[in-house]
Amino acid sequence: MQLLGSQLTQASAIAGNDVATFPDFPAEIRAPRGTRAGVSGFQVQFASEEIFTPGDGLDALVAMNPAALVTNVSDLKHGGILIVDEDSFAEKDLKLAKLKASPLDTDSLEAYRLIKVGITSLTRRAVEDLGLSVKEADRCRNFFAMGLVFWLYGRSMESTLRFIDQKFKKLPSVAEANRRALNAGWNYGETTEAFATTYHIGPAKLHGGTYRNIMGNQALAWGLVTAAQRSNKTLFLGSYPITPASDILHDLSRFKGFGVQTFQAEDEIAAICSAIGAAFGGSMGVTTSSGPGIALKMEGLGLAVMLELPLLVIDIQRGGPSTGLPTKTEQADLLQVLFGRNGECPVPVIAAQSPGDCFHVAQEAWEVAVRLMTPVIILSDGYIANGAEPWRIPNVSEFPPIKIHHPTAEEVGLPFRPYERDEMLARPWVVPGTPELMHRIGGLEKEDGTGNISYDPENHQKMVHIRAQKVANAAQLAGPCQVDGPETGDLLVVSWGGTYGACMTAARQARAQGLSVAHCHLRWLNPFPTDLGDVLRRYRKVLVPELNMGQLRMLLRAKYLVDVQGYNKVKGKPFTVGELVERIQAAIVEDGQAN
Amino acid sequence: MNIQLPVLNSSDFASDQEVRWCPGCGDYSILAQMRKMLPSLGLPQEKIVFISGIGCSSRFPYYMNTYGMHSIHGRAPAFATGLKVSRPDLTVFVITGDGDALSIGGNHLMHCIRRNVDLNIVMFNNSIYGLTKGQYSPTSPQGHVTKSTPMGSVDYPLSPLSVAIGAEATFVARSIDFNTKHLGETLHRAAMHKGTSFVEVYQNCNVFNDGAWEYATNRDVKDDNLLVLEQGKPMIFAKDRDKGIRLNGLTPEVVSLGAGVTEDDLLFHDETAPSPHVAFMLSRMRHPEYPEPIGVFRNVQRPTLEVQIAEQVDLAKQRPGAGDLQKMFEAGETWEVEETGA
Repeated sequence: MQLLGSQLTQASAIAGNDVATFPDFPAEIRAPRGTRAGVSGFQVQFASEEIFTPGDGLDALVAMNPAALVTNVSDLKHGGILIVDEDSFAEKDLKLAKLKASPLDTDSLEAYRLIKVGITSLTRRAVEDLGLSVKEADRCRNFFAMGLVFWLYGRSMESTLRFIDQKFKKLPSVAEANRRALNAGWNYGETTEAFATTYHIGPAKLHGGTYRNIMGNQALAWGLVTAAQRSNKTLFLGSYPITPASDILHDLSRFKGFGVQTFQAEDEIAAICSAIGAAFGGSMGVTTSSGPGIALKMEGLGLAVMLELPLLVIDIQRGGPSTGLPTKTEQADLLQVLFGRNGECPVPVIAAQSPGDCFHVAQEAWEVAVRLMTPVIILSDGYIANGAEPWRIPNVSEFPPIKIHHPTAEEVGLPFRPYERDEMLARPWVVPGTPELMHRIGGLEKEDGTGNISYDPENHQKMVHIRAQKVANAAQLAGPCQVDGPETGDLLVVSWGGTYGACMTAARQARAQGLSVAHCHLRWLNPFPTDLGDVLRRYRKVLVPELNMGQLRMLLRAKYLVDVQGYNKVKGKPFTVGELVERIQAAIVEDGQAN
Repeated sequence: MNIQLPVLNSSDFASDQEVRWCPGCGDYSILAQMRKMLPSLGLPQEKIVFISGIGCSSRFPYYMNTYGMHSIHGRAPAFATGLKVSRPDLTVFVITGDGDALSIGGNHLMHCIRRNVDLNIVMFNNSIYGLTKGQYSPTSPQGHVTKSTPMGSVDYPLSPLSVAIGAEATFVARSIDFNTKHLGETLHRAAMHKGTSFVEVYQNCNVFNDGAWEYATNRDVKDDNLLVLEQGKPMIFAKDRDKGIRLNGLTPEVVSLGAGVTEDDLLFHDETAPSPHVAFMLSRMRHPEYPEPIGVFRNVQRPTLEVQIAEQVDLAKQRPGAGDLQKMFEAGETWEVEETGA
């Protein structure tokens, strides 16, 4: 099902639509098919205008069995198209879905345009002379459904047919079966009179250029390699597999042609420690994980703060606490990455706002890491990681180099002071192998300048302040707040991370309804833009929607003493635009009552 | 071609930092032997890196005039792995203790050894936690009374060399802090080995566990209690060199030479044996049942991690289109969008 979702995305993008996707699948690799827990879904929105979310309600739903129907039908808009495989509503299917009666026989689906298709039997017939087993034939059912949807929305099947040829190169009979199923689905739509209308979605207005689809984790991997190339550094990834971050490890493992070194460590701790070791040696050290793994990395991250070495730590957030909801999205690691270490241990934090944005975030984070000699944390989430969007392919020759310099003895003079600082408070990145500059670094408090061990009270106070100021200096690199909408007004919506699209769309819709609403999206969560306090105070109210219990909201209230309201959801699902518009309307009407 | 090799001596490897171990600690001896041995490698100081974890032994890098990192508890092998993979040109030592390496860092030690990263791991074994002031360690004997085991330890100890051999080590050795000549030679051999070298050093903590290795260091008894391993030689020991180790079935036994037993009946040491069986057996020989072996137990060759990673990278770089970002971005399905204006 995930595979078909990505094919529809691809075909729509090629048709010039803007697209946004939301894959939703169980944590289990082979969850029992036909049960409610085993439902694997893929939501895609395509439009002739620019869009920023996979959409709220569904215009069309394809349900391959009763479990898929009952778990998703509540998202289908009234009057929406509901396509079901009527062959999959036998007694055993109903039992698997824990249903007593078939919903097809009741009036519960009256609100929808129900189209019953014998997908299983039609597919079997389409492939019957290919000598496949019944099981193999039934695997082609999804392609039949896809063909039907392609016909309904006038999508070209070309790229999917190419995909089938490629994917099943070594299994010609399976390739043929899937091709036939896809065509049979299309032909079914064209020749039966089940559908009153078909739809034409014209191309969206996007900036000119060559486009492709890109997924969040893929964009992160590409951004990391690009950053390494721009700075002429060897990328060293120390990582331990974890959902939903593993794809970055997989992608980078295939990039050895770029000189990338990947190391699948024995655990999360060794993953970050090996990356720090590589950074000490002068490489671009990176480690990737999700919330539970980030918790394990925290001691290593604290050491990186003390060592003042550049390092990227990437957290693809998922539902927590503990093992939580591995395949579902959440934004609940913000406070963990900011404060989850012992001591006063500041680290710059940047959050990606969309799949394509991951490409830029990886490079921005690296620029800050090397300019300030500090670890930097990148936050993404399961929604961004697995979501896809059209991406304008950049011209690589236009990327400026990222300048990194490893000083020599002639440049720094002797005796060498490894903790001497420049105007941004960064110390020199001298690497082992440099003659005459032998020095030792470690987790014990450093004497200012010399870097020798020091337990002196005044020195500790000074060093804590220096490390804090250094991270605060990142604001100079990050720039001021970007506000979409009026400069003052009734309400400012503040968002961060993967809720960007929904919050921005909701604020614009509310504005179109005549409400005085602006939207400010924060890329850097540490440090905040220096003008953020002023921006917050320009509006009568501030609303912070988050997929957590109010973590950014708490920070804003603490830092700026502004009575920020929250809208918080922790269901493992992204916001819908509709619910945000409602909340915006309510906030403006309410008389200062925080919810 | 004449290449001027740096002529260094042990003082060139001493940093300007004051050494702060307790007076009489065995660590001083290991530090001295390390500084003395390093010039024999013919490397400039800047090509050598010492990485440590946490514990008394782990202060070691601060006292060396080389590059160094005093990292976090138990993780030194992981830092060293990342460094060695990214910089195969460096000679990297890991300095650790019995608590650091075998307790909190057991996982990293095992995996570092099996990967055969070209590192030299020197584990100071004093069978106690010294820095935290005297709790039992994973090598403390059962019944050991410490601050955290007032009625005696009930933990069964592990043998560091058995762990290393079980983890597929290619170089395993043991020496003793105050046996300076033997220690220096052992450290040199470890440094020369390509792959992970694991060296256990019996080290006396004269404050919290004084005399733990008395049987192996006391002049009067040590020859009777130690078996010095020498490549290709029969396993003979004791003050009068009149005892040896013979294999009885699969079990080693102590025999007296003479009265029908000759050197040829004894086990001959072969550190290069492909199978680790005998090395493992030697690692199980403990005082007082057996003399404890010192020297190189195992010394075999296997490709190192960093070399294999570099080989894969080199191979991948030779593929057509390798290293071309633009080409990667444009691979697969793409489509053109015309500028439509604002």
